[in-house]
Amino acid sequence: MSSKLSLAAMLLRLGVIGALLVGAASSFAYVAGWLSPKRLTQASLMEAFARLNGEHPGFRRNHAKGLCVSGWFDSTGAATLLSKSSILEPGRVPLIGRFALAGGMPMQADTTSAVRSLALRLMSPDGEEWRTGMNDIPVFPVNTAQAFYEQLLASTPDPATGKPDPQAMRRFLDRHPETAQALSIIGSRPITPGFADSTFHSLNSFRFVDEGGRSTPVRWAAVPLEPPSADAAAPSVNRDGNYLFDDLIARIHQRPLQWRLVIIVGQSQDPTSDATLRWPADRAQIDAGTVTLDTVSSEDGGPCTDINFDPLVLPPGIEPSDDPLLSARSATYGRSFTLRATEKRVKPPSAITPQEVRIARGPS
Amino acid sequence: MSASRPTFTAGSRLLHWVMAALIIAMLFIGAGMAATVSRCYPVLVSLHRPIGIVILVLVVVRFLNRLMHPPPPLPRDLPAWQRLAAKGSHYVLYGLMFLMPLIGWAMMSAAPYPVVLFGALRLPPIMPPSASLYALLRPAHAYLAYLFFATLLGHLGAALFHGLVRRDGVLQSMVSVRNEVGDGT
Repeated sequence: MSSKLSLAAMLLRLGVIGALLVGAASSFAYVAGWLSPKRLTQASLMEAFARLNGEHPGFRRNHAKGLCVSGWFDSTGAATLLSKSSILEPGRVPLIGRFALAGGMPMQADTTSAVRSLALRLMSPDGEEWRTGMNDIPVFPVNTAQAFYEQLLASTPDPATGKPDPQAMRRFLDRHPETAQALSIIGSRPITPGFADSTFHSLNSFRFVDEGGRSTPVRWAAVPLEPPSADAAAPSVNRDGNYLFDDLIARIHQRPLQWRLVIIVGQSQDPTSDATLRWPADRAQIDAGTVTLDTVSSEDGGPCTDINFDPLVLPPGIEPSDDPLLSARSATYGRSFTLRATEKRVKPPSAITPQEVRIARGPS
Repeated sequence: MSASRPTFTAGSRLLHWVMAALIIAMLFIGAGMAATVSRCYPVLVSLHRPIGIVILVLVVVRFLNRLMHPPPPLPRDLPAWQRLAAKGSHYVLYGLMFLMPLIGWAMMSAAPYPVVLFGALRLPPIMPPSASLYALLRPAHAYLAYLFFATLLGHLGAALFHGLVRRDGVLQSMVSVRNEVGDGT
């Protein structure tokens, strides 16, 4: 033992130790976001979804209403020109998918204008994995996570009136002219009668990387082989709340549905970091292969339910672009998945139950 | 006096400080990636996985090293409760050094997410896909991280207390840069 410290010296030293510990704890709290209530985090986006849609334990926070499909992808091998991914080599890989409607309301009634989505998980025999979530709109309404958050807030009903404040949405659109422009593109898109004849777009840009390390900006789309049938706008009888899903179930039960996976090859000047902007229509397209979906099932017990279609689960040879929405989607999908996994036991049945699937399939 | 006390071996000190840096980095990376949706998110995730596996490998080496080179004994005049706290916190720290990477790997497997270290280098899953297992492991990973950080703060505070207040050579035995060998003898 060294010579005894004076009381003052001891207190000073204890103070120094205390200050160091408080400093360390504060830095941790800062990094964890506890000192920055305004920082946009997974938690703030989850809260915004809950305020907009109410609490729906066990369901995805967005694209909450959906069903599972499975099938396979027959690759032409044409995309190996740009990407070294083994999934794109000629051959067949199994896939699991999910059709859904955008929005966090798991019981919403199907409508013509609701945004339709198709998510896919492709897995090659050597363990490469590619997950992608696509939508039937040509561009995304916002180009940053912050704008997405503000749009959720502006769409949230005012507790006093039970309706969103139109002024709030107008102010949001004034601040975000790119959203106003994107919404007009989205509003004038041709709407097909159902899921089966919808084209689904990656919206975000990615990069294909070949064996030599050459990197090419790309977007992709699933283009239906099914010819568009009747006009979606035509009034129809028997349109109940699940008519889009019921129609899809009946069609897949009749015969497998197919989409061509088209790779749109960007050029260096094409915007990769802004999902509200279209690429020029004359960009080269590669027919990467055909997605065939031959099995359909309810989410309740279905193979897609426990899959998080995180757009950053990509095989070597497909990389994220500089689009900031990709990080935001990855981060928030992950949190949504964690929440619904922990809520699994209290989840009510999905809108499309196994029984609904059996009935919609019709007589076999 | 501190100079007369045995110190940790050079290898033990190296393992301690390398792992200290990695673990502190991991706790901050983990806390940060759970609270951002910015472009930092995928960067932090891509650091978190390989560093976790490095820590798992190092803690095995460190555990074996500790069996071969036991740490110097605590000062004889240390009060019993501090002795108990020292022993207990080291069990907690070693336990968490093993558990945290394993839980991280297991929860990724259960999710199921591909466990990518970097580029095309992937680890095999160590759990079957199971949302209910994931639902247990994912919150456990977070709560144990808080426990880890709190225990580290206690460890740091105690080390500084030894070094600045008690001045009993305990801190010296780990921060000494001299190359003497003294594994408790």
